[in-house]
Amino acid sequence: MSENTEILLEVENLQKFFGDRHVLNGISLQVKRGEVTVILGPSGCGKSTLLRCLNGLEPVQGGTIHYLGQNLTGEHVNWREIRQHIGMVFQNYELFPHMTVIENILLGPLKAQKRDSKEALQQAETLLDRVGLLARKNDYPRQLSGGQKQRIAIVRALCMNPDIILFDEVTASLDPEMVREVLDVILGLANQGMTMLIVTHEMGFARSVGDRIVFMDQGKICEIADPEQFFTEPATERAQQFLNIFEYNKL
Amino acid sequence: MSLDWTFIADSLPLYLDAMWLTVELALIAIIVSMIIGLLFSLVLFYRIKYLSGFIVGYVELSRNTPLLVQLFFLYYGLPKIGLHLSEFDCAAIGLVFLGGSYMTEAFRSGIEAVSSSQLESGLSIGLSKVQLVRYVILPQAFAISIPSLGANAIFLLKETSIVGAIALMDLMNVAKDLIGMSYKTAESLILLVLAYLVLVLPLSLVLTWLERRVRHAEFGG
Repeated sequence: MSENTEILLEVENLQKFFGDRHVLNGISLQVKRGEVTVILGPSGCGKSTLLRCLNGLEPVQGGTIHYLGQNLTGEHVNWREIRQHIGMVFQNYELFPHMTVIENILLGPLKAQKRDSKEALQQAETLLDRVGLLARKNDYPRQLSGGQKQRIAIVRALCMNPDIILFDEVTASLDPEMVREVLDVILGLANQGMTMLIVTHEMGFARSVGDRIVFMDQGKICEIADPEQFFTEPATERAQQFLNIFEYNKL
Repeated sequence: MSLDWTFIADSLPLYLDAMWLTVELALIAIIVSMIIGLLFSLVLFYRIKYLSGFIVGYVELSRNTPLLVQLFFLYYGLPKIGLHLSEFDCAAIGLVFLGGSYMTEAFRSGIEAVSSSQLESGLSIGLSKVQLVRYVILPQAFAISIPSLGANAIFLLKETSIVGAIALMDLMNVAKDLIGMSYKTAESLILLVLAYLVLVLPLSLVLTWLERRVRHAEFGG
């Protein structure tokens, strides 16, 4: 784990506006290879927007994002190429409804990456097997439960062999009993050293999977802390208030 | 009132010829206008400069003028600037001009109905914009558009009934001539209605079947 100090993503003073609203106000963040960063914060604090900026789904109005030294905020960024290295999993799965599970997974590897179909298929099946869904490879998304769909969406991102995967509230649309199966997959990835940025509202999960917690509020990073530190003794009052909301036993 | 069966038998060949003309015109109109509609709706989707504006103008012009006026323009207007087209060409061009805008709108609404998060999902796996359209948008848009594409196809088939206005011997014209020459109004009209039913009903049934099949494959249980 000696090379784990390589910086994959470097965000500096990122600025993002939706009309008059200042959604991201001076975000600076570094992501090292193999690191699991969990982003927490109240609704509307800009955490999902931050992820979307990192994948080029939202234009930014100021600051810089560097991926392995390459500037992603300049002119003529080849997002097609970048997105093959920075994968994303969405809240509502967003599988393609007209394709089977295996077609969903192979679309990127075959069409965007132009990989050998045998090799890609083999990898897809290995990954499907690992999330326990190999038997469903010829099913359509509509035949699957929410948790299964989300596991497929994770496999779809993984099969691109990305350097980083961004998880945007991936359990927020799931029934409670399906949250676990999805979180287990992500936890497994963390143990294998996958670099991930995770936006979530699952506090217990954040604590166990995160190498560090980034707490955001009103478009700013309030604090960056080790999970144990953050959940026991948060440095800022804002984080303390936020955590209190989740302490139902104190009601 | 009893029908003159000899007259009906004698007139049948005339109706069959006219039906063939209708089928020819309708096939050209439906196929070419669907190709135009697909291309134009993609131009609108990509927001291609100048071309998009041109297409918006065309759609408005085509949908807000009667086909009869369009045919008169082609048949009587164009010769004034030295362009002489045959009756058949005028009818085909007129129907395509009309159908193209309706098909454009049908495809456009299908494309717009594919959610933006599906587009983002496609982008996030590194698809190019062309691949996104081909693999993610069009298959879904086509399924959504099928009912209106089908309605347009039937509409075009029925609209062929006014090409008699520029002297083509279509079903309407045959019926009108027969009534004028023989006063066999009932026989002529019955044949006219039957001829259209024979043409339109099968198309209608095929489209309903296709619609169900696609719905089932895409979103059904």
